[in-house]
Amino acid sequence: MENRILLVAELGPDGHLKSSIRSLLTAAKSLKGDIDVLVWGGDTTSAVVEAQHLPGIRQVLNGSGPALADGLAEMLCALVRPLARQYTHILTAATAIGKNWMPRLAALEDVAMVSDIVGVESPDTFIRPIYAGSIWATVCCPELLKLMTVRTTAFPGLEGEGMDPVTVENLPCPAALLQSTRIAVHAHAQEGRPSLENARVVVSGGRGLGSAQHYEALLGPLADELNAALGASRAAVDLGYASNDVQVGQTGKVVAPDLYIAIGISGAIQHLAGMQTSRVIVAINKDPDAPIFAVADYGLVGDLNILVPELTAALRK
Amino acid sequence: MKILVPVKRVLDYNIKARVKADGSGVELAGLKMSLNPFDEIALEAAIRLKEAGQATEVAALSCGDAMVQEGLRTALALGADRALWVSSTEELQPLSVAKLLHAVVLREIPGLVICGKQAIDDDANQTGQMLAALLNWGQATNAAEIQVGEGRVDVVRETDGGTETLRLILPAVITTDLRLNEPRYATLPNIMKARKKPIEILTPEELGVMVEPRLKTLRVQEPPQRPAGVKVDSVATLLARLKNEAKVI
Repeated sequence: MENRILLVAELGPDGHLKSSIRSLLTAAKSLKGDIDVLVWGGDTTSAVVEAQHLPGIRQVLNGSGPALADGLAEMLCALVRPLARQYTHILTAATAIGKNWMPRLAALEDVAMVSDIVGVESPDTFIRPIYAGSIWATVCCPELLKLMTVRTTAFPGLEGEGMDPVTVENLPCPAALLQSTRIAVHAHAQEGRPSLENARVVVSGGRGLGSAQHYEALLGPLADELNAALGASRAAVDLGYASNDVQVGQTGKVVAPDLYIAIGISGAIQHLAGMQTSRVIVAINKDPDAPIFAVADYGLVGDLNILVPELTAALRK
Repeated sequence: MKILVPVKRVLDYNIKARVKADGSGVELAGLKMSLNPFDEIALEAAIRLKEAGQATEVAALSCGDAMVQEGLRTALALGADRALWVSSTEELQPLSVAKLLHAVVLREIPGLVICGKQAIDDDANQTGQMLAALLNWGQATNAAEIQVGEGRVDVVRETDGGTETLRLILPAVITTDLRLNEPRYATLPNIMKARKKPIEILTPEELGVMVEPRLKTLRVQEPPQRPAGVKVDSVATLLARLKNEAKVI
C-alpha cells in the first residue's frame, strides 16, 4: 500500500514558512508515499505560496484564521484531527509547538507516537535519542497512523523547487475553544541577532563564564562580530546567566549550525546532544580534560577571560 | 483544590546511561535511581501552592513495579500528603501511563495535574499532553510560572522564541520546565515519617486500562561518535584553521 504522508509546517514570526519543512521533506522521502503539506496560522498568505513550490509534494492544505494565530495545542488538534485518518504518517518538527500538540493528537486518536526521530530505517521503524542523547533507540511503530516529531537538525533540508505550484485545499478554521487562551507573549528575541534555529554561527556559554555580566560582556561582542546567535548550557541557564529559551541541549534546543563555539562549557552529555551535529565545533575551556574537547574539531585551552576578547579583537581586524 | 502529581523513578541524572552488552536495552541493574528531576519540580510547584493556601491536598502517583514505591516515599518526604501506586510489571509507555492517570483522575477529581515535561530516561515529552487530551482539559506545557486564580490558572510557558502566558480554565494539566522553581531537599525527620505513611495500591485491571506496549524497541546503541579534533595553541592558529581548513569564517 502506498503511504500517505502529512507534514505539518510552521511559520516564523515574519509569516514565512520555516526552513524546517525542508528537513521534514527529507525525512518523508524515506517513507515512500504521497506528501501533503499543511500550513496553519493567523495569516498564511505568503507561506501557502512558498509551500506550493516545495519539491515533490502532492498538495498544500491551508488552515488559516484567528483561532489558529496563537498555535495552541487544543486548536491545532481541532484542525488536524478531522484529516488524521486519511494519512499513514503525520510528521512535524520537534519544536516547542510540535512537542505540545502532537502527543495530544496521538491520545485523541489512541495511537502511540514516536518523539524526536533522528533517523528513518523503514516506513515503520525509526531511530530516536533517549537518555539525553547518550543512547539511540531503534523503535518499531505498528500503528496504522504513525505520528512523529522530527529532530530537524538530523535531516538536511531537501533542496529545490517544484516545477509547477501544487493545488491548495483550504481547511475550515476551527472555532475557538475556551479551555485555554493566550493572554500575553514575551519575545526574548536577541536584539539584532539571528535566532538559534537559523543562525549559521552559534556562540554558546557555560558555567565557566562566572556571571550573567560576563556572559553578555564576553559573548555579546563575539557574537556580533560573527553575526552569531547566543546559546547557553543548562548550567548557565540554571545559574541565571542566560534565559531558558537559549538553552542548547536535549531538554532545550537542538542546533546544528556551520560553526558552534562553546565557551566555558564542560560538555555534559545533555549539552552535547543539543549541538554535536554542528558542522564545525570550537571549544574554549581552561580544563584540558573537559569532555567538550572530545567532540570539538578545534580546542583552545586557557582562560576564556583573555582568549574570548582576543578572538573578538582578531575577528574585528 | 486537590493537585495530582505523577512521578517517575529514573536512572539518576548524574549516571551515564550504558547499553546492555546484548543491545537489548539500557543497563539499570544496581545503579542509583532517583525521581525524575522535572517531576521533582512538579511536586515542588504543587507543595508551594498548598503552602500558599491555593491547594488543599497534594497526591503523588507512580506507575510501575514495586520499586516505584521508593519514588513515592521520596515524594511523601518532600511534602506530598498521599501516595498512590499503580502496580504493574509491564513496560509502561506514555500512552498507557496517560490512560492510567486518566482513570485515577476520574476517581480523585483533582483540580490540577502537574507533571514533569519529560522523563530523562525515554525523553518522550508526551504523557502530560496525552492526559490533557483524554480528559479534554486545557494544557500548558513547559511552565516557568504558575498563578492560580478563581476557576483558572495562568501559566507562563517557555516557547522557542521566549515565553507566552496561557490562561487555562480549571481543571487543567500543566507540565513543568526547569525555571519554574528549585525543588527542596527532604529532611531526615520527614524521610523517617514518610516511611510510615501508607501507599494506596491500584492496578491497571481495577482501573480498567489496557497497558500492553504498542511501540517495540528493536535495539539500543551508542550514537555515532564525532572523530576527535585537535587542540590549537593560540587564537591566531584557531582563526587560520577556521578560515583555511574548515572554511567556516
